Amino acid sequence: MGGGVEVAAESRVLELYERFVSKKFLFIAGTLLLIVVLVGVAVTLGSANITVGQAYAAVVEATLEKLEAAVNAMMLGRLELHFAPDFDVPSKYEKIVCDIRLPRVFMALVVGAALALAGTVMQAILRNPLASPFTIGISSAAGFGAALAIILGVSLTRSTIWIVAGNAFVFAVLDALLIYGISRMKGATPETMILAGVAFMYLWSGMTSFLQYVGEAHAVQEALIWMFGDLTKATWLKLGVTSLIAAACIPYLVLKAWDLNVLMLGDETAKSLGVDAGRVRLASMLFASLLTAGAVCFVGTIGFVGLVAPHIVRMIIGGDHRFLLPASALFGAALLLACDTAARTVLAPVILPVGILTSFMGVPLFLYLILRRRREYW
Amino acid sequence: MVTATGEHEGKIGRMKLRIRGVTFSYGSIPALNDVSIEVEASEVLGIVGPNGAGKSTLLRCINRILKPQRGAVLLDGADVSEMSMLEVARRMGYVPQNSPMVFPTTVFDVVLMGRRPHLSWRCSADDVKKVLEVLKALRIEDLAMRDFTELSGGQQQKVLIARALAQEPEVLLLDEPTSNLDVRHQLEVMELLRTLADEKKLVVVMAIHDLNLAARFADKIVMLNAGRIFAAGKPADVLTPKNISKVYGVDAVVSEVSGKPFILPLKPV
Ligand SMILES: Nc1ncnc2c1ncn2[C@@H]1O[C@H](COP(=O)(O)OP(=O)(O)OP(=O)(O)O)[C@@H](O)[C@H]1O
Ligand SMILES: [Mg+2]
Repeated sequence: MGGGVEVAAESRVLELYERFVSKKFLFIAGTLLLIVVLVGVAVTLGSANITVGQAYAAVVEATLEKLEAAVNAMMLGRLELHFAPDFDVPSKYEKIVCDIRLPRVFMALVVGAALALAGTVMQAILRNPLASPFTIGISSAAGFGAALAIILGVSLTRSTIWIVAGNAFVFAVLDALLIYGISRMKGATPETMILAGVAFMYLWSGMTSFLQYVGEAHAVQEALIWMFGDLTKATWLKLGVTSLIAAACIPYLVLKAWDLNVLMLGDETAKSLGVDAGRVRLASMLFASLLTAGAVCFVGTIGFVGLVAPHIVRMIIGGDHRFLLPASALFGAALLLACDTAARTVLAPVILPVGILTSFMGVPLFLYLILRRRREYW
Repeated sequence: MVTATGEHEGKIGRMKLRIRGVTFSYGSIPALNDVSIEVEASEVLGIVGPNGAGKSTLLRCINRILKPQRGAVLLDGADVSEMSMLEVARRMGYVPQNSPMVFPTTVFDVVLMGRRPHLSWRCSADDVKKVLEVLKALRIEDLAMRDFTELSGGQQQKVLIARALAQEPEVLLLDEPTSNLDVRHQLEVMELLRTLADEKKLVVVMAIHDLNLAARFADKIVMLNAGRIFAAGKPADVLTPKNISKVYGVDAVVSEVSGKPFILPLKPV
C-alpha cells in the first residue's frame, strides 16, 4: 500500500468523524429551535386570538419579569435590578400567558429534560436499555410518600400541596439512599442495583395498596389522581424548586460524561482506564434519582419520556455522553412539551393528564423503534 | 542490569514490571498463589495454562483491577497499589477477555475512550489524531464509523486492542487477544504486538491459549497451573512435552520449526 493511499484513508476517517460530530451539534441546535417553536405553539394554542408575535413577546416579557423578581428576592433588597422589557401586549393576554400557560410550558420543559437526562444516566450506569429513571423504584416511592400524606388526613388544599410534594420527595430520596446502602454493602454492580430497585418498587407499591385499602374513598381517589403525571399543577414557585434541584444535579452528571462512556465497556475496562466504576455508578445513581425526585414530586409519574428519549437520541447521534446527555435533555424537554400541548388540545376542552398521553404515544413509538432497528440489542 | 539505551531522556535502564509473591483469592476460592514474575521493556511475556489456572486473575492483579491479598506489583520500582487509578491507567493498558457493550457506539468512539486517562472533558485534535493512528496500525480504518455492537467477534477484539493502544501505555496487558481471530488476523495482531515491544519499548503481557503463537512471539513464557507458576523461562524450556503433559494432561510432540518450538497435541492422557 502506498503512503499516499494511507494518508487518504486517514483523512477520510477524520472527515467522517468530523461530519459525525457536526451532526451532533446540528441535532442539538435543531432541537433547541424545535423547543422555541413548540413554546410558541403551546402558548398560542387555546389562547383566544393571540397572535404568534404577541405570544413570543408575552413569553419573553413574563419570563424576564419572573427572573427579575427571583433575582431581586435573592439579593434581599440590597440591589434592585430592572432588566425586564415592556412589550406592547394586551394585558389580558399577558395575564393568561404569564399565570396559566408559561408555568406549565416551562414545567414540561424542565421535567422532560430531567427525566430524559436521568434515564440516559440510568441506562448507562445499569448498562441496561430497559432502565429508566423509575427502574430503581423512585416513582413508586414518591407515590407512596404522596399517598401517605394524602390518606393520613391531609387533603390537597393549597397549603398542603407542599406537604404532599415534600413527602413524595423525601420518600423518593429515601428509596435512592436505600439502594445506595445495599449497593455499598453488596458491591455496586448493575445487577445488585436493578434487583434491589425492583424489590423496593414492589415494597412501595404494596404499601401504597395497603393505604388505599384502608383509606377513605375520596382520599384514595385524590392519591390516585396525584400519581397520574399531570402538569396542570405547575406554578412558578414549583417550577423554581424543580429547576433549582435540576441545576444542582446536572453539572455533576455532565462532568462525568467520559466516565459514563467508559462504564459502557464494562467495569473491568473502566477501572483499567482509571475510572472507579463502583463509585461513579453510585454517585451518578444518587444524582439521577435526585433529579427524578425533584420532577416527580410535583407532577407525578410521567412514564416513557425517560425511557424513549435517550434511545431515540442515541440512535441519531451515537453513544458519546458528552453529546448524548445535553441532546437527550433537550429532546426530552421538546417531547414532553409536545405531548402536553397535545394533551391540552386533542380532546379540548377536556385536558388529559400528560402521563396518560405519553404512555399512549410512547408505546407505539417504542415498538416502531424496536421493529425498525436492524439488530436488536437486548 | 543497567542498559542505557537513551531513547527515554532521563531514564536509565529499561522499564521493568516486577510481580512479587502475588497471592489472590476470590472469597474462599484461591486463584493465585505466590506468583513472582519479572518483565522488561521490549519483552513479550506469554502466560499460558489450562482454563481456570489464574491467567485472567493475574492480569487483573497487575492492573490493580483486583487487589492482591499478599505480594506487590512494582512498575519501575514503584508500588502500583500506591499509585492513583489514573496514574495506573496512564501507564498500563488492558484488553479484557470480553467486553459487554450494550448500546450502539461507533468504533471511533470506543477507541477514543482509550484516551480517557489523558484528556480533560474536551478532546483535543491530538487525541483524535492518536485514534486515527491506532486505527491505521490495526488496519481497521474502514470500521471507524461502524457500530461496535454490530461487528464480528474478531473485529471487536481488534477494536478493543486499538482502544488499549490509544491509551499509550508503557505496559500492555492482553487477555487472550487472539481467541476470536482467524489465522491471518492472529498473525497480524501478534506481529503488531511484537513491533510495539521492539520499537516502542512496551512491556507486553498476554494470556494466551495458543501455545504455538506463544512459542513464536513471546520472549518468555510463564506456565500457570492452579494458581501457581509451574514453569517459567524461554519458550523452548517451558513448552516441553513433559510440562504440557503434566499441566494440560495432554500428550504432545514438540518439534522445531524455524528455531521455535512447534507443539502438536496428540491426545488427552
Ligand atoms: N469473579 C470470580 N469470582 C470467583 N471466582 C472466580 C472469579 N473469577 C475467576 N474465579 C476463579 O478463579 C480461578 C482462576 O480464574 P481465571 O479467570 O483467572 O482463570 P483463567 O486462567 O483466566 O481461565 P481461562 O483460560 O478459562 O480464561 C478459577 O478457579 C475461577 O473459577
Ligand atoms: Mg481467562
